[in-house]
Amino acid sequence: MEARDDMVCCPVCDALHSFGDIPDGERARCVRCNTVIAVGRPEAILRIVVLASTALILMTIVIFYPFLELRSGVFGSKASVFETVMSFSQGVMAPLSLAVAAFVIVLPVARLSLLIWALGPLSVNRSPWPGAARALRYADILKPWAMAEIFMVGVAVALVKLADLATLSMGPAFWSFTAIVVITAFKDTQMSKHSVWTALETASSNAR
Amino acid sequence: MDGPGNSKQQRTLTARDAGLIGCRQCTRVSPAGTYRCPRCGARLQSRDITSLQRVWAWWLVGLMAYVPANTYPMLITSTAGRSEEATIIGGVIELMNLGSFGVAFIVFFASVMIPVGKFVAIGWLAWIVRKPHGHKPGHLLHLYEFVEWIGRWSMIDVFVVAILVALVQFNLIATINPGVAAVCFALSVVFTMLSALSFDSRAIWDRIETMSHD
Repeated sequence: MEARDDMVCCPVCDALHSFGDIPDGERARCVRCNTVIAVGRPEAILRIVVLASTALILMTIVIFYPFLELRSGVFGSKASVFETVMSFSQGVMAPLSLAVAAFVIVLPVARLSLLIWALGPLSVNRSPWPGAARALRYADILKPWAMAEIFMVGVAVALVKLADLATLSMGPAFWSFTAIVVITAFKDTQMSKHSVWTALETASSNAR
Repeated sequence: MDGPGNSKQQRTLTARDAGLIGCRQCTRVSPAGTYRCPRCGARLQSRDITSLQRVWAWWLVGLMAYVPANTYPMLITSTAGRSEEATIIGGVIELMNLGSFGVAFIVFFASVMIPVGKFVAIGWLAWIVRKPHGHKPGHLLHLYEFVEWIGRWSMIDVFVVAILVALVQFNLIATINPGVAAVCFALSVVFTMLSALSFDSRAIWDRIETMSHD
C-alpha cells in the first residue's frame, strides 16, 4: 500500500486511519484502542502559545523570589526555589541537586521555550522559524520529565511536616508557581499530536 | 472518519500490515524502510525489537536502587546536638504520630505503593506480551497508561527532602540533612520511568491479533 497524506496511524497501537478535516469541537478516536488522535480546534495553537508564554514569564518570578518563609522565635529563614534546588549541592549529594534543578526548573522552562519557538510564529500566521519541527519533537520528549506540579505537592507535604516546628508563610513565588502548574495542565489538554503537527506542516509548506 | 477495517469482527489494519511505518511522534505514515519521519524527524521503527530488553534492564536497575532507598535514612535531623535518622517508612510513621493521616497516606502512596505497584505492573506486562495472551488489550493499555502517568509522582518524597533541607537551617537549633536514600530513591524513580517509557504499547495488540487470526 502507498503512503498517502490523509493516512494517520495511532501512536499507541499502530492502527491505520484516514482522516479528512475534523469539524470544530470534535475528537477523532482510534477505532481499536480509543486513544484520542486528533482534536478539531482551530484556535488551539494560539491558546497553547499564550498559555506557554504566561507560564514562562511567571517562571522567572518563581525562581528567584522567596517561596517559603519559616519562623521559629527569633530565628527565621527564607527559601527560594533556587535555594531549594541547591540544597543537595554539598558533597556526594551534588548530582541530586542537578537532577532536582533539571526536573523543577530547567526542563519545564526548556519545554515551554521549545513550544513557543515551534508554534509562536504559527499563532500569528507567520511562517515557522527554522528548527520548529525539531523543537516540537523535543518538547514532546521532555513532557514526562518536567515535574513542576509534583514539586507543588511536595511543598504541601513539607508544610505539614514543619507545621508544629515553626510558623510558615508563603511568599509571592508560591502563588506564581501554583498558577504555572494550573496553566501548564490546561495547556496540555489543548494539545493533540496530529493536529499540532498538521498545523506546523501546513504552515511550513505554505511558506515555501 | 472511519479507518480501513473498522468493523469489530474484522482484523484492524495496522500500518505494519499495510507495509508502512507509522510515526509515534506525529502520527504520519511513511513507506516501509524510511529511517526518519519526513515530517517531524523522529527515528522510525515499525516495531521496537529491543523494547523488552530495555524494559527489563531499566526495571532491574530500578529495583536494585529501590532496596537501599528503603534501608538507608532519607532525612537526618539534628536538634541541639542530637541527631535522628528517618527512613521512608520512618517518615510516614512520624507523620501519623503528628496526626496528619491524609499526608501520611500521600507519602506512603507515593513512596511505597506506587513504586512497588509499578515493579509488579511493568514486570507483568513485559512478561505476558512475549507470547499470545488471552487478556483484553484495552485493559492492558489502561494499566500501561496508568503506570506511565503515575510513575513521576513518586518524586514527591525527594522534593520534600529538598524543601526541608533548604528551609530548616537554624544552625544551632535544628538542621536537616539529606540521607543516602534520597539519591537511591530518585535514581529508582528515574529508572522505572525509563523502563515504562521503553515499553512499546503496540506489542499489546500484536500477539493477540496473531492468535485470533489463527
